[in-house]
Amino acid sequence: MQIFSVISAWILPIIIGGILLYGTFKKVSTYESFVEGGKEGITISFSIIPYLVGMLVAISVFRASGAMDAFVGLFKPIFSLFGVPSEIAPLAIIRPISGNAALGLTSDLMATFGADSLIGRLASTIQGSTDTTFYVLTVYFGAVGIKKMGDALKVGLLADLVGLIAAVTVVILIFGY
Amino acid sequence: MVNYIWVGMLLIGFLFAIVNGTINEVNAALFKAAADAVTICFGLMSVLVFWLGLMKIAEDSGLLDKLAKLFLPIVTRLFPDIPREHPAIGYIMSNMIANTFGLGNAATPLGIKAMEQLKELNHGKNEASRSMITFLAINTSCITLVPTTVIAIRMKHGAVDPTDIVLPTIIATVISMIGGILIDRYFYYRRKRDGRG
Repeated sequence: MQIFSVISAWILPIIIGGILLYGTFKKVSTYESFVEGGKEGITISFSIIPYLVGMLVAISVFRASGAMDAFVGLFKPIFSLFGVPSEIAPLAIIRPISGNAALGLTSDLMATFGADSLIGRLASTIQGSTDTTFYVLTVYFGAVGIKKMGDALKVGLLADLVGLIAAVTVVILIFGY
Repeated sequence: MVNYIWVGMLLIGFLFAIVNGTINEVNAALFKAAADAVTICFGLMSVLVFWLGLMKIAEDSGLLDKLAKLFLPIVTRLFPDIPREHPAIGYIMSNMIANTFGLGNAATPLGIKAMEQLKELNHGKNEASRSMITFLAINTSCITLVPTTVIAIRMKHGAVDPTDIVLPTIIATVISMIGGILIDRYFYYRRKRDGRG
């Protein structure tokens, strides 16, 4: 346990220090390079704004209206059919769409059922092993002005589905039902 | 497809608002979300400036090329369209490393930078190339060694061993990454068969 928090606390200083040391060793004008590279970050973050506004407004209207709950409700029987507690259906469905909402749900599930319950562990593993595909696509494509996503969304969502099935299976195999 | 999903979410949302009588909540949520999105972008700006500045040092010093060379055999297999020696490889690899260690705020700038390079490779077109789709598939299903956020939430809720989900998460992400790569390949060959790239 402690090893992990020590590793995650020191990994950033080690990476940053390593890059700076190597740059100095190779006689790069480090400060100038930093400023020059950093400038790009300003334009990129501005160019993401319209993409993110569009996406987040749609997701938020969908959630606030109650449509999301109805949508999630459609999937509950499928979860029960496979013997998976249907309490985790909302998390599984919302995880690729909204990162903040998923984080809140994971926290709620642990508060309600306990962190060491089957549901608590399922929620933790699902949260850790899948990504907010909608957000990643919006930000990455938005930053470089890609408007036609092609198969990217389909591929990303199907990969999330594989991650979800894997997470549920592995947790039940390791911790028992 | 993204057009239909976007319009669909909004229109279905309004429809539910009428049926459920949640129109006031929806109106409030609409503008709050727009404001949140702008806040997120400004939050991203600090991270982007910092990491892109640092990565520029890594690029100028040749560190990024070193990293790219180290993983070249894997990357050329995963991304056959990227020429060897191309700077995109270094950024793709550093993005994957940041994701693996749960460094979310470093992963985003690196991923955007990789995307920029991939767009250049695709002659600046505004549609997703094969390499971009592969990159996103790997990115969203990437192996996670240290799920930092989840460990923190488990600690808060009094888990006996907050890290006991690390092993299941690693196994699940290895499976999802392999799955992501296979699914990406399947769609690529389907596009090719249909003569769309």
